[in-house]
Amino acid sequence: MEHLISLFVRSIFVDNMIFAFFLGMCSYLAVSKNVKTALGLGVAVTFVLLVTVPVDYALQTYVLGPNALVEGVDLTFLAFILFIAVIAGIVQLVEMVVERFSPSLYAALGIFLPLIAVNCAIMGASLFMQQRVQMDPETSTQAIAGFGDAIAYALGSGIGWLLAIVGLAAIREKMAYTDVPKPLQGLGITFITVGLMAMAFMCFSGLNI
Amino acid sequence: MSKLFSSENKEIFLNPLNANNPIAVQVLGICSALAVTSQLEPAIVMGLSVTAITAFSNVIISLLRKTIPNRIRIIVQLVVVAALVTIVSQVLKAFAYDVSVQLSVYVGLIITNCILMGRLEAFAMQNGPWESFLDGVGNGLGYALILVIVGFVRELLGFGTLLGFQVVPQCLYDWGYQNNGMMTMPAMSLIIVGCVIWVHRSFNKEEQK
Repeated sequence: MEHLISLFVRSIFVDNMIFAFFLGMCSYLAVSKNVKTALGLGVAVTFVLLVTVPVDYALQTYVLGPNALVEGVDLTFLAFILFIAVIAGIVQLVEMVVERFSPSLYAALGIFLPLIAVNCAIMGASLFMQQRVQMDPETSTQAIAGFGDAIAYALGSGIGWLLAIVGLAAIREKMAYTDVPKPLQGLGITFITVGLMAMAFMCFSGLNI
Repeated sequence: MSKLFSSENKEIFLNPLNANNPIAVQVLGICSALAVTSQLEPAIVMGLSVTAITAFSNVIISLLRKTIPNRIRIIVQLVVVAALVTIVSQVLKAFAYDVSVQLSVYVGLIITNCILMGRLEAFAMQNGPWESFLDGVGNGLGYALILVIVGFVRELLGFGTLLGFQVVPQCLYDWGYQNNGMMTMPAMSLIIVGCVIWVHRSFNKEEQK
């Protein structure tokens, strides 16, 4: 239980998807112009993570890992193709659900909903999960040793991403009234803002739970 | 032969290097650009890998473009890219193991690099194989260019080395010069990319909003 909580908290603050690994940057920068849309995309990403990471965990343990499917065969090199296929399928499903139950959110997210399939945060979480499966849960707080851990990691990463995008959207809404040098306006200043936010998040890196 | 190197094709090749740079202007493929640039060597390897994958996936999709049904094109594109990335990842593991360990999950994340999907959707689906090849190489090199600039600045100021060779002379350290440890932190890469965009936009006035 202790391991579960520390994994969860670590993946929100210390191993934050945006500030520590820069995953999902493209949609992060493009959709963070207002808080409401940002919140919608954050929730969608969290949900997709929550479904894909445990599914990919099952694939990794029962199909891909060394000696998992056939004795003496290591299929790890197939991970990229298999993971991306799972992600693309689940994103398609989420798209249909959102379109059915919340047409306004569907319209607001526009092209970025299908693009969650190529959001690095989703693929990145699965690949990090694959790395962390090999760690020893006794010594490392980052290790993922079961379904519970995989779910905690996915939820934590999703919430971390959600926090980051809502925070940036709030700052950018206020920033519309500031006097920024012309060539720096728009993209340039956004990058520097994210850099400063990342520096602020660096203070969590000493966190020991 | 003259048709192969016509001025239009030259335009396709040169445009993404500066005026339509994938990172500075189109804001695609940011995630990996930020994460792998703490030193020059992984930045170069990453740039070349992306160039090769963009070029060949563009060619393959361009050859298949008339046979792919429109509804499932994203999945087809993802599978082609994932297969190419698997090949590159295996080649890197075989011939440049140290760099591939340093790049860790970011090689796999080339699959979800927006530059690839962006170019496949916007260019390869409408154009012939040779133009697509040039477009892929151009965009890959435009991406590599920014990576090399950021990697150069960060390694020079953060470690005092370039490609692992000491370039800041010892006498400077004797006078009290110190490496800027901040540059090796992930947060600084965001700020440097922000500055690159600033410089780029002050030269390209039409990009300013």
